[in-house]
Amino acid sequence: MVKEPQNVLKGTLVQIHKVILTPEQRPEDIPACTKNVPYEAWIKGFLLDDEARIGDTVQIETFIGRRLSGTLVEVNPVYIHNFGKPQPALLPVGKRIGKRRQ
Amino acid sequence: MRNDVSYPSVMSRKSEILKHSVGIDYQEFELSPLAFDYERLMNCCGYSLSDVQKVQTDTGVGNTPLVELKNITELVRSISAPGKGGRIFIKDEKACPSGSFKDRRASLSVYHAARLGYKGVVAATSGNYGAAVASQAAKYGLKAIILQEVYDSRKVGQPEILEKTRACEAYGAEVWQMTVGPELFYIMLRILEETGFFSASLYIPTSVLGIETLGYELAQQVMEREGRFPDMVVVAHAGGGNVTGTARGLQKAGSHETVVVGASVDLRGLHMASDYDFNRKSFTTAHSGFGIPFLTWPDRTDVPRNVARGLRYLDQYVLVSQGEVFYVTELLAKLEGLERGPAGNTSLAAAIPLAQELDRDQILVVQETEYTAAGKLPSSQLTFAEENGIEVKRGDPRDNIPGKVIVIPQRVEQLQVENLDLDKIRQSYVKHAIEATGVRQPREEDILFMAEDSRSSVDFIRSVLQGIS
Repeated sequence: MVKEPQNVLKGTLVQIHKVILTPEQRPEDIPACTKNVPYEAWIKGFLLDDEARIGDTVQIETFIGRRLSGTLVEVNPVYIHNFGKPQPALLPVGKRIGKRRQ
Repeated sequence: MRNDVSYPSVMSRKSEILKHSVGIDYQEFELSPLAFDYERLMNCCGYSLSDVQKVQTDTGVGNTPLVELKNITELVRSISAPGKGGRIFIKDEKACPSGSFKDRRASLSVYHAARLGYKGVVAATSGNYGAAVASQAAKYGLKAIILQEVYDSRKVGQPEILEKTRACEAYGAEVWQMTVGPELFYIMLRILEETGFFSASLYIPTSVLGIETLGYELAQQVMEREGRFPDMVVVAHAGGGNVTGTARGLQKAGSHETVVVGASVDLRGLHMASDYDFNRKSFTTAHSGFGIPFLTWPDRTDVPRNVARGLRYLDQYVLVSQGEVFYVTELLAKLEGLERGPAGNTSLAAAIPLAQELDRDQILVVQETEYTAAGKLPSSQLTFAEENGIEVKRGDPRDNIPGKVIVIPQRVEQLQVENLDLDKIRQSYVKHAIEATGVRQPREEDILFMAEDSRSSVDFIRSVLQGIS
C-alpha cells in the first residue's frame, strides 16, 4: 500500500519494522521457503524523534519504556482481525431437529 | 563491552543466558548426560500445592466453575449403546483473569520472578500464555515482553495470534511480532541478555506447578458434588505442561484411578517451521505439530530440561480434526449457552466420542475452556482458511486433510477420535533420547530414567535399545 508522505509527530503511536536476520544469517536446518526470506519483527511504541516520515529509521519508546530503533512502517496501527464471514458449513450446527439438536 | 549478537554467538551463550534468566542451575539435577532427577527439579523452587493455591487466589486465578454439560450429555446418550454415555463436565477456565488456564502457568512464575527481584519477564509464545504473563506482570508491577510468531513472509497474520497480540498489548506488554522461524529462541535469548529479565518459559517448574491446582480442583469439585472422583479427564495436549500439571494435581487430590487422555488437533503433514505451511493451519496451539514431537522428546524447548513430560502421565492420546473442534465450539454455544474459543474446545471434541464408551454413571471432565474474541472464533478462523486456499465443507470428518480440506461434521455421530499407539511413541522417545544426548551405551540409571520418563518398564526400554543397536 502506497502511503502519502506525511510528518509524524513525537509521541504518536507507531509501528517499526526490523530485519533480525537476513536469509544468509538464518540457520541452515530450516525449510527452504523459510530460509529464503529474512527473519523480521514488528514492534509498537511511541515515536521519540521530533518528526519523521514512513520509511525513516526512527526511535520509539515501547509500552514498557524501552528504547528501540527500526523503520517506521505504520502510524496509529489498527488491529485488523475481525469476526470473519458467516460460514455456511457451520450455520446448521446445533439447530433443533424435531426433539433433538444436531 | 557489548556482546556480539550474531546468531552463532548468541546461541553459543545459551546455557549462561538461561542460567541467569530462570534462576536454576540445571546441572545440579543431572544424573548423567541422559538422566536427571525429575522430582527434585520439579520441587527446586520450594512451593507446595497450598503455596501455589494461595499465590493464585491472591490474583484471582483458579477456583473456576465446573459446569455439567447436560444437553451435550443427552445428545451423546441419544447416539450411544444402551447403558452408555458418561456424564460430561467442563472446567470453565475462561473465568481466569486473562481468559484461560494459562493464568495458572503464568501466576507462579511471575510471582517467583518478582520475589527473586527481576524487573521484568519474557515469554516466547503465540498462544494464550502471552496474555497470561502480561496480565500477571501487570498485577506484580513487572515489565513484560512477549515474542510471538505471527506473520508469514507476506506479513499475513493468523487471526487467532493477532488477537493475542492485541490482548498482550491491552495488558501493557511490549510485543515483538515475528515472522515464521525457530529463531524465536534466538531473539528471546538476545532480549533476555539485553534486559536481564526472567524467562517465563512454559517448561520451568513453576509453570507446571501452577497447573497442578487445576487437576486438584477439578478432582475435589467432582468429589464434593458427586461423592466420587472423575473416571476420565480429557486434556488438550501441545507442549505437555497441561497434561503433566493436571495429572499431578489429580494424583495430589488422591484421584489415582482417573484415566488421563491427551487430545490434539491433527495437523500431521504440515511443517511447523515452514513459511508456506504457517497459514495453512487453522489452529495455532494444542495440535499434533507440538503434541507428537514433545512426547517423543520433551527436551526440545527453551530450557535445558523440560519439566512438562506428557509421556509420564498419559493413559491415552487421541487426535481430532480441525472441523470437529469448530463443530463442538458451535454445539457448546448453542446447546449449553457457553460461547468459548475453539482451541480450548479441542478436548471437548475428543470427549464426545470418548463419553460414548463410558457407562451412564461415569464422569468425564473436559478440563478447560478459553475466552473468545475477534480472531478466536470458528467464523474468523474458517474465513482465514478459505482466504489461504483451504476448502471448507460439510461432510464426514474422515475426509479432513490438514492444510487442504476442513470438514465440518454433518451429524454428531460422525465425531471420532484417532487413538495413537503410545508404545510406538515410547519407542520413538527412546531413539530420540539416545540421539539427542549422544549416550550410545546407556547405563542402568539411564535405563531406569527412560522407563520412568516414558511410563514403561526396564524390560521395554531394553527391548527397544536392542532393536536400535
